[in-house]
Amino acid sequence: MEKMPKWVDIALIPLINLFLALVVSGLVVLYIGEDPFEAISIMVNGAIGSTYGWGYTLYYATNFIFTGLAVAVSFQAKLFNIGGEGQAAIGGLGVALVCLAIPWPHWTMALPFAVIGGAVFGAAWAAIPAFLQATRGSHIVITTIMFNFIASAVMVYLLVNVLKKPGSMAPETARFPEGAFLPKAYDMASAVGLPFSRSAPLNVTFFVALLCCVLVYLLLWHTRLGYQIRAFGHSEPAARYAGISPVKITMITMLISGGLAGLMGINAVMGEAQRLVTDPVQGAGFVGIAVALMGRSHPLGVFLAGLLFGMLYQGGGELEFEIPAISREMILVIQALVILFTGALDNMIRMPVERLFLRMRKGSA
Amino acid sequence: MDLMTIVQILDSALRLATPLLFACLAGLFSERSGIFDIGLEGKILASAFLSASVAAFSGSVWIGLLGGIAGSVFLALLHGVASITFRGNQLISGVAINFLASGFTVVIGENWFGLGGRTPQLEGAARFQEITLPFADALRGVPVLGPIYSDLISGHSILVYVGLLAVLGTWWLLFRTRFGLRLRAVGENPESVDTAGVSVIRLRYSAVLICGCLCGLAGTYLATGLAAGFVKEMSAGRGFIALAALIFAKWRPGYALMACLLFGLLEAIGNRYQNIDIGGFQVPVQFMQALPYILTVVILAGFVGKAIPPRAGGEPYVKER
Repeated sequence: MEKMPKWVDIALIPLINLFLALVVSGLVVLYIGEDPFEAISIMVNGAIGSTYGWGYTLYYATNFIFTGLAVAVSFQAKLFNIGGEGQAAIGGLGVALVCLAIPWPHWTMALPFAVIGGAVFGAAWAAIPAFLQATRGSHIVITTIMFNFIASAVMVYLLVNVLKKPGSMAPETARFPEGAFLPKAYDMASAVGLPFSRSAPLNVTFFVALLCCVLVYLLLWHTRLGYQIRAFGHSEPAARYAGISPVKITMITMLISGGLAGLMGINAVMGEAQRLVTDPVQGAGFVGIAVALMGRSHPLGVFLAGLLFGMLYQGGGELEFEIPAISREMILVIQALVILFTGALDNMIRMPVERLFLRMRKGSA
Repeated sequence: MDLMTIVQILDSALRLATPLLFACLAGLFSERSGIFDIGLEGKILASAFLSASVAAFSGSVWIGLLGGIAGSVFLALLHGVASITFRGNQLISGVAINFLASGFTVVIGENWFGLGGRTPQLEGAARFQEITLPFADALRGVPVLGPIYSDLISGHSILVYVGLLAVLGTWWLLFRTRFGLRLRAVGENPESVDTAGVSVIRLRYSAVLICGCLCGLAGTYLATGLAAGFVKEMSAGRGFIALAALIFAKWRPGYALMACLLFGLLEAIGNRYQNIDIGGFQVPVQFMQALPYILTVVILAGFVGKAIPPRAGGEPYVKER
């Protein structure tokens, strides 16, 4: 028998956890000597109060959906891919190499190849940790952490020594050819006659992210492979007994996960910066962990949580602008508290709520 | 390369190895008891910040040390509550602690000092000063051994020597006391410890607390010994290098010292020479920076001596009823 109704598990408990994280963050704001309610209204207003705010919120959300899906897919197989940061950076490298390879005539031709470039590079960066986990039993968390650091060294090396634009001081590539520029929200909105902020970085990649949510959902719940991934995550011995190869599932899951993280490069490198810099990811790989936890490793949840974290990042930037006493790192504090309450301290809320529902059921029976 | 250069590089390697060593021993206690800790980085950062802040307020580095240890122990307890009491995921708790530290140190630091996340520059008694061992100046003239004694062995802050003693202490505690035997057992097979009537929860909490204290020393040395104050994100991945060293050392104190000295040496060489020329082939500085991580992956892969972690690591213990 189910201990409690499904909506409690997927909605109520995450919301209580989120609420607790916000209460603790509010106390921090109070300690600094500012009004937490004013702070939260500035954040909400800054995130969704204008097309400019929406343009940034959805841009960040696009990044977080990719990295969140990456973590979510690995969670389904009970693998913890903490290497989204490195996979996304290397994925960005793949995207940049595609964009710089030939003078693309039009973005519709460049985008599919950039998608392949980002996914293949991201997946390749996940392949070695996956292989070592599958065949040598090396703990995937440790190897993916190590690969994050190795990725950042590789990026700096390549940008300083190999890919740097000749004559430039900054470690970055030349700007991509104009045919590889993705249409921004402004271009798309004005095509249908709607006003939208010209400076917001939101671009067509948002739709790629939405498509990925749908594809991941179909993969996990409507294909044989998805069933195998979830079965493997539930119980490795049972999956093995059913003839599912642990090596194969570990490899495939991590390759999909790395590929999804690598796709983030489309948004950040091709859509926004239009050149490759040494750290195109800016911590989004780690935000993906929070997004996947909050979204209960389900694509719909990841989408909603990605939106929430997009608001947090954009609103947090506005907050520092309006109240300089609260520095931008407040975002990290809130993010940490969300991970702490929804991830590590989940049982703190879950156990009492379960007991409450059991008692209610006994009372009504 | 003359003797003086070698002594200087080794001297700097010893300094850079000290925070790694404390953090590595901290992780050793925690992981030997079956609690994975990827939050070493956050604990180092928090204690670096608090030690520098308290030292700046009080003017005494020793009070600063207490502040640093308190900050680190607080985070260690949080990890304990999440992973022992509430049986949460230890890896996720570690990730949360790392973010908590990088966020809080800047938010609170900006509120206390308004210096963009830095603490004021520490001077005099607010820093750990270098100690000159007896006869260091008198013996400097002796060939070879003189410079080694007076420049390499002497002239460090007290925490460097404490770090070296901590290796011995850790070995003694883990392998020569009853507490150590139980601690190691609880990381391998908690059921057996429970059956013997020893509290798994208490043992794991004490390991986590020791881990907090040692990380506090690592952060304090970083902010008040190696540097003169706290700078945003100053731990710079040292917690993860320490984790790498721990795996490299196969969870043993003596090897931990070797691994930390090796990684300290790599960092010292990387700081001194931007590019190294080996037989006409340029080794880029980024390769030197990535080398600890690459070596760890190679060790983990088991091609050069397999590293096997404590068996019950990462699993919350549920008492049978």
